[in-house]
Amino acid sequence: MREIEGREITEAVKSIVIDAACGLEPDILDALVAARDRESCALSQNILDLLLINADIASRESIPVCQDTGVGVVFVLLGQDVKVIGDLYAALQEGVRSGYDEGFLRKSVCDPLTRVNTGTNTPAVIHLELEPGDQIRIFFLPKGCGSENMSGLVMLPPSAGREGIVNYVVETAVAAGPNPCPPGIVGVGIGGTFEQAAIISKKALLRPVGEKSPRADVAALEEEILSRINEKGTGVHGFGGNNSMLAVHIETCPTHIASLPVAVNIQCHAHRHKEIVL
Amino acid sequence: MSLLRFRPTFLENLKEIKVPFEDQALDSLVAGDLISLTGTMYTGRDQTHRRLCALLDEGKDLPVDLAGQLLYYVGPTPAKPGQVIGAAGPTTSYRMDAYTPRLLSLGLKGTLGKGARSQEVREAMRKSKAVYLATIGGAGALLSKCIKSSELIAFEDAGAEALFRFEVEEFPAIVINDLAGRDFYEIAATQNR
Repeated sequence: MREIEGREITEAVKSIVIDAACGLEPDILDALVAARDRESCALSQNILDLLLINADIASRESIPVCQDTGVGVVFVLLGQDVKVIGDLYAALQEGVRSGYDEGFLRKSVCDPLTRVNTGTNTPAVIHLELEPGDQIRIFFLPKGCGSENMSGLVMLPPSAGREGIVNYVVETAVAAGPNPCPPGIVGVGIGGTFEQAAIISKKALLRPVGEKSPRADVAALEEEILSRINEKGTGVHGFGGNNSMLAVHIETCPTHIASLPVAVNIQCHAHRHKEIVL
Repeated sequence: MSLLRFRPTFLENLKEIKVPFEDQALDSLVAGDLISLTGTMYTGRDQTHRRLCALLDEGKDLPVDLAGQLLYYVGPTPAKPGQVIGAAGPTTSYRMDAYTPRLLSLGLKGTLGKGARSQEVREAMRKSKAVYLATIGGAGALLSKCIKSSELIAFEDAGAEALFRFEVEEFPAIVINDLAGRDFYEIAATQNR
């Protein structure tokens, strides 16, 4: 067993919380540059230029890329040969709390009914899984809710099939219009149960932007859905053009013979994510 | 990667508009116009809207006179020492739709956010001769450079959702809904395809 102190986990989470807010990773920057270079609408191309300049200012001056520094979503892959000294969940939450505090990030988490802000941006949403090995891999995705609010889930009948899936994902992304700050990423979860579809649609956003599914039929589905969405002409921020979305990432999971859950999790162009391995 | 090769023409030739709006200034604005705003604007998002309308329900005065003003839907990140403000881009406007007609009836002349408004808000804007503007979502670092001062006016306990007064210089925006009732998102989706 390898022992890892809770406070080491806290420090690691704090650092990726702060770094994720101010610096876009190469995958999303490259995708935005590629979109900029193929953009057909002059205004939309200008907006993409400004977004790239915004990313540059943010990283040089350590200003958050976007004021919506999100609700913290933390995926933890815990090696089963690791023994955490202390309370793992508390260590993760403390990392999020101190990162938002010390990084001068916006605290956006509130009670759903009273709407009173918790003042700490915690609790973060934590997805914990075990895997072989003696490492801890932590993925941090600060999720802005302009895009999160445009997400959806449907329990289709199996007879809806591939066409039903395509139609639902395209309709959801197109109906979002300019609200989720396009061009972003469409995370799709197909199969599993009600909650599993939603979780894998979020997990799909962790894939490097534009990386295809290893399954050929799923990769073809990703391509078809992306081109159907981009044909609609919503464009950058709803100003028109051929870049409504940068990528569609689909994850699948076996499901019940009676079920076809489809979850769509929309992500904005300010796709902030950071990973650390302990 | 150097991002210096990106030199948008967007920021050149913007129509300069003073805020609060001068008489007749809105008459010349057309959906799709690229403008730059200089002057004073108030801020508010979900909680500020809820509280302003609660004050009206109680028959109380609002902490600000909204007549002629522009209301920016924003919840900025905290300023670091030495900064005027942190990132300060727009939030999605439709969440304010439930409250907007009431504020327009008080003489509010413009709102600034991102994303489309409801038919009800568009109709209320036509009646009260107000405009809706969008600025660049997710460009909070860039837009913070256009904000020269930020003063807390009300609802401090709401944190980032409080009501602030911003002094802005050359703050970029796009006219979405003009006085004639045009909607730039509808126009763009068909013309700029």
